[in-house]
Amino acid sequence: MSIGESVHLENVTMRFGDFTAVDDVSLEIEAGEFFSFLGPSGCGKTTILRMISGFNEPSAGRVLIGGRDMRGSGPNRRPTALIFQNLALFPLMPVWENVAFGLEMRGMARSARRRRAEELLDLVALGNAGDKRVADLSGGQRQRVAIARALAVEPKVMLLDEPLSALDLKLRQHMRAELRAIQKRTGVTFIYITHDQGEALTMSDRIAVMSRGRLEQVARPDAVYNEPATPFAASFVGEANIFQGRVVGLSAEEVEIETDLGRMRARNGGDLRQGDRAMLFVRPERSSIALGGDGGRIEAELVEMEFEGSFINLRLRAPNRQPIMVQMANDGGLGEMARMASVPVSFAARAAIALPEGELAHQ
Amino acid sequence: MQALVARYGGPITALMIFTSLVWVLGLLLLPQLTMIDYSFRPALPLAEIGGPKDVYTLENYTFLFGNAGFLTIFAKTIWSSILVTIAAFAICYPLAYYLARGTSIGRARLLIVALIIPYWINEILRTFAWMLILARGGLINMALMELGVIDQPIVFLGQTPTIVLGMVYAYVLFMVFPIYNVLDTLDKAQVEAARDLGAPWWCIHWRIALPHAKPGIAVGCISTFMLAAGSYAVPTILGGPQSRWFTEVIYSQFFEGMNWNRGAAFAFLLLLVCVTFIVIMMRLFRVSLGEVAK
Repeated sequence: MSIGESVHLENVTMRFGDFTAVDDVSLEIEAGEFFSFLGPSGCGKTTILRMISGFNEPSAGRVLIGGRDMRGSGPNRRPTALIFQNLALFPLMPVWENVAFGLEMRGMARSARRRRAEELLDLVALGNAGDKRVADLSGGQRQRVAIARALAVEPKVMLLDEPLSALDLKLRQHMRAELRAIQKRTGVTFIYITHDQGEALTMSDRIAVMSRGRLEQVARPDAVYNEPATPFAASFVGEANIFQGRVVGLSAEEVEIETDLGRMRARNGGDLRQGDRAMLFVRPERSSIALGGDGGRIEAELVEMEFEGSFINLRLRAPNRQPIMVQMANDGGLGEMARMASVPVSFAARAAIALPEGELAHQ
Repeated sequence: MQALVARYGGPITALMIFTSLVWVLGLLLLPQLTMIDYSFRPALPLAEIGGPKDVYTLENYTFLFGNAGFLTIFAKTIWSSILVTIAAFAICYPLAYYLARGTSIGRARLLIVALIIPYWINEILRTFAWMLILARGGLINMALMELGVIDQPIVFLGQTPTIVLGMVYAYVLFMVFPIYNVLDTLDKAQVEAARDLGAPWWCIHWRIALPHAKPGIAVGCISTFMLAAGSYAVPTILGGPQSRWFTEVIYSQFFEGMNWNRGAAFAFLLLLVCVTFIVIMMRLFRVSLGEVAK
């Protein structure tokens, strides 16, 4: 089957009247990569997808696929296939005609495209559904028909616009694995749009976190999670305890920040200098109930305990009433803690990252 | 029935059923049955009605098939009505598609109002307007003579194409709205998906939009055909002796020939053709009566 092609965005901007949906985005997506755009609704990620697929031409900048400038080429002339959010299957055609539609448009004979459609339906484990009506399929089956229909035209780049959002949680998790497997098997470049960080983190080779039409960070999933580049990325992806303050000390790799809750130390994530306003982020699972920890130490009041089985979520309150979350492994010593009036929360400086003050994601 | 009684109470339910029955039986079914009954009896002087000569016969029907003039008019009426329907569809499908898909909602509303306004004027007056345009000394002839394109006025009135034109104009709305209504429900993503899969514009219409619009097209074609075949005002105003419409023949049987029996037979034949047309359209477009009624 076909091998993917690269997608380059060069200073791409998209304006609708006064509104700038995508603002000067430059990006290189490699051939065969599973790349996700992650951001809240209205951040411009769907607009980017529509510019790559050819439904919109950028107001400024260029879109290149496989090194070729795509300006002026409509969606039917690009080596891309789009899977729509609502799938947009053709309800008046049987399943196999849906899958074969792109081949029909390319002038393939009826018997040949029927055969090809059956092969593709086998690939997505819908081998005997060719003659069924779309309306008779379940949500997950329709999903697979949409994938088969897109694969039929042997695209170099597959574009997916939140295609899993209509499915229930269990099916969604199953389809994630399946999408990833199909991408690996076919070698097609996948560009995936989602507001669901779980989808982005589990499936992607790389993620672009977007906010207000701009790229906040482009990195591997673990890097986005562990080394967020901006306060938005840090707060949109995963949970974080956030402490605000001013830089009072600098060392080679670390900064010291004066906060409402005392001095704290963290890795310097963004060229912070003496006196800068800063935000310190530390993940709940990297905070602990302990006296040690060279990053920071807070005497917090326990508000609630959520027992999740293998781990426990603790919701606490700092003296300045700021909520704090700690996730700890279940070591069997739970009863002890419930009787404590105040709990010492601490974290290591290595586990925390300090960034210049900026906008946070609303969640 | 029980639900109706529970909801509105006994007396109101009884009233509703009574009025519906009066309407359907008294105003629709009985007059039609009487007409059918008439059509199978000979036209007799008043004194002989109910007498020994008043027997059931097919002669009113066979008369039409024996009369080449009437038969031609009958066939031409059907054929011209089909032409009207085809022409109206050819105009209305692109228009309806543009209204539903090609423009902003505000713009579409404005255009729809502009389409409806002429229909506030009576059909007869609207047809008269065409007469003014097409008459010997009318707008078109005057303009063409001024420009020196022609030196003798063209005779438009009394020609069958003119009647077809007048009817397309008169009934175009009955084709636009059913098609517009179904196209309006076509998901934009369907069209985009087809484009994304490589479909050229005509193919999107052929494989996606037209199949989706089928019920609306069937309704539009049925309405337009029925109105055209049953039209009286347009052929009377724009037509002449050469372009008689079958409705005019029926009228003259009733009120000029005073032969209600033959008129009823002719009218019944026209109705039969119209019903056949509906059935054919529904078969052709594979739509059910329920879908058409929507």
